[in-house]
Amino acid sequence: MLPDMPRDQQLDLLRKMLMIRRAEEHVVRFNEEHEGLIRGHFHIYIGQEATGVGVCAALAREDYVFSTHRNHGHVIAKGGDPGKVLAEVIGRETGYCLGRGGTFHVAAPDLNILHTSAIVGGSTALASGAALAAQVLESDAVTVVFFGDGAMDEGVAYESMNIARLWNLPLIFVMENNYRRAGRVNTDHAADDLPNIPRALNLETVTVDGDDVGQVHGTLKELVRRVRAGEGPFFVEARTHPWPGNDGAHPELVAGLTDINWAWDASPVPENVRSWYAEGDCILAYARELADSEGCDRDTVVRVDEEVRREADAAAQFALTSPLPPPEAAVRYAYAGRGD
Amino acid sequence: MSREMTLGEALVEALSEAMEQDRRVVLIGGGLVSSGPGAQRFRAVRERHGNRIKSPPIAELGYCGIAAGAAMAGLRPLVDIGTATFSYEAIPQINNEAAIAYSNSGGQTNAPVTYFMRYGIRGGGGVQHSGSPQPWYWNTPGLQVAMPATPADAKGLLRTALLKSQDPTIFMAHERLLGERGTVPDGEHETGFGKAAVAREGGDVTIVATGVQVPRAMAAAEALAKDGISAEVVDPRTLEPLDTDTLLASVRKTGRLVVTDESHDNCGVAANLAALMADLAFDSLKAPIKRVAIPHVPIPFAVPLEDYVTPTAGRIEEAARSVLE
Repeated sequence: MLPDMPRDQQLDLLRKMLMIRRAEEHVVRFNEEHEGLIRGHFHIYIGQEATGVGVCAALAREDYVFSTHRNHGHVIAKGGDPGKVLAEVIGRETGYCLGRGGTFHVAAPDLNILHTSAIVGGSTALASGAALAAQVLESDAVTVVFFGDGAMDEGVAYESMNIARLWNLPLIFVMENNYRRAGRVNTDHAADDLPNIPRALNLETVTVDGDDVGQVHGTLKELVRRVRAGEGPFFVEARTHPWPGNDGAHPELVAGLTDINWAWDASPVPENVRSWYAEGDCILAYARELADSEGCDRDTVVRVDEEVRREADAAAQFALTSPLPPPEAAVRYAYAGRGD
Repeated sequence: MSREMTLGEALVEALSEAMEQDRRVVLIGGGLVSSGPGAQRFRAVRERHGNRIKSPPIAELGYCGIAAGAAMAGLRPLVDIGTATFSYEAIPQINNEAAIAYSNSGGQTNAPVTYFMRYGIRGGGGVQHSGSPQPWYWNTPGLQVAMPATPADAKGLLRTALLKSQDPTIFMAHERLLGERGTVPDGEHETGFGKAAVAREGGDVTIVATGVQVPRAMAAAEALAKDGISAEVVDPRTLEPLDTDTLLASVRKTGRLVVTDESHDNCGVAANLAALMADLAFDSLKAPIKRVAIPHVPIPFAVPLEDYVTPTAGRIEEAARSVLE
C-alpha cells in the first residue's frame, strides 16, 4: 500500500530507496571493476530498502538508530550522505568515520547513529543503552535497532529484550528477517517462529511485510507514537525477500544494474533471477504502485530514478577521488582523553 | 582535614557525590556495594537517587552493553559487576564495543562508562571467584584501568572516572582491600588518572606494586628496612594511562626493580611493566628485573594451595633481596 503521506513525501521515499539501491550497486561495482579497492568481504542492503526507508521515515533526527554489518542502507535511510557512506566503505579520509570504520562499521554520529557493531546481535544491548539514556535524561528520543534474523541466535539479543521490557525502555527492535541467519541460508531455529521469543518476554510484537514501504512506515509511525507516549518497547518482524546477489560473502550484480523499467516488463532480466525482480523487489513494486496511482505516472518515477542515478554516480566519484587517511593517523583516537 | 573510612565506604562516598553533582551519573547493579563495607552509606544513596539506580537481571553481557550504549548517548554509568570473573560474561560488549567506539567513529562517539569489579584471591573463593583480569583489560586499547590501593585513591579515582573521564574505565578494587581503613581528604577529593604515587621513598630498590600488592610491598619494605635495605614503593594507580615518568625516575635512582601484581604472570601486568622498564631504563639497571605474580595455573581452593600461588609480602621481600645480591 502507498504510505499515508503527501505525494512529494511518497516520492521522497522512492528517492531514498533508489539511492540505497544505486549506492549499493556502486559498492558491488567497486569490487567488480576496481582491482584491490575492496580487500575483504562486505554485505549490502539491496532488496531490503523498503524496511530501512519505511522505518527511518517514521523517525526524527534526534532519534537513535543502531545497525549491523549490513549498515550502508540504514545510514542513507536516516539521512546519511551517500558520498560519505561510499567513502567510508573504501576507507577514505572523507568517510563518515575518517576511514577508521570501513564497510562493517559505517556510523553517522551527527545523525544519532552513534556506533555500528558488525557482531551479530552486538547492537541490541547498545541500543537498549541509548534508550535508557533517553529515559533517564527525559528526552523524547526513540531508539530503533535493526538486526537480522541471525541475531536471534545470540544471547545478547535475548538479554537485551528482557531488560528492555523490564525497564520499559523507549525502544523498537526491528528484526529484518531475510532468512539468512549468520550467512547461512535457511538454517533452523528451535523457536520456529522467531517472534515467539520476544512474545515469551511479554514484548508486544508485530509482523509486517518488509517489502511494503507503506505498511512498514504506517506500522512504525504508530509504534513510534506509542513509544513516545511511554508504551514501549516493541518488537517488529519485517519479512523481506533475500536478494539473490547476496549469496556468498562477495555480493554480485546478478542481473546487472537494476533498470527501473523492469517494474513494467521484467523480461530482460536473466531468467535464473527474473522472479525476484518481477515479484520480490520492493523498489520495483513501489515504483509500479506509485505510477499506477492517481496524479502520478511512469515518467515521474523514471525521472526520479534518473536524478538519483546522477547523484549516486557523483557520490561514487567523490569516494573514489577522496584521499586515503595519512598513515600516522592510525595511532590516533584510541582515547578521547588524550585529546587526539 | 580528613576522615578515616574503609575503601568500600570511600567508593560509596564518591558515587554519592557524583550522583549529586551530575544527573548523567547512573548506577547499574550495586548489589555488592550495598552488601559490603559501604552498605550503610549506600542505603542513603539509594533513598536519594533511586530513580538513577537500576537493578538488572543476572545478564552481565546485556547490562554491560546497555551501560556502554547509554554512555555513547550521554549518560555516565557506573556498572557494579561484582566479582571480576563475572565480567568475563560481558567481554564482547566491554572490549569489542565500549572500547572501540571512539576510534571506530573517528573520534566522534565516546563512551564514558565505568565498570567496577572486585578482583583477586579473596580467600576460599575457588577459581571462579578469585580472578584478576587486569591484564586482559590493559591489553585492550580504548580501555582505562584503575587499581586503587587506598581509600583516598579509591574515592579520588572513582570521582575522576565518573565525573571527568571521557573514556571507558575498568575500575578494580581488590576484595581484601574493601574493608581496609585509611584517611580520605575532605571535600571533592580527586585523583587524576596517569599519576603514580610514591607510597614509600627509598634508595636501594624500587618495588612497583598495584592494588593489593601495595600494602604487601609496604610490609616487605618494612621488613627490608630492619636489615638496612631502603626500598621505594611506587603505585601506578592507573595502568592506562600509565605514569611512565615516575616509574622511570625511581628505577633510574635505585637501579634495581621488583614488579608485582596479583594477576597471572604470562603476559601479565608485572610482565608488561618489566618489559617497559627494561626498554626505557636498561642502562640504569644493575640487576635483572624480578616479577612477583601468580604462577600460570587456575587458582586452586585448598588453603595451602591458594597460599602457594598468592604473591605475598614474603615473596616480594625475597625478590627484592635477590636483585640486591
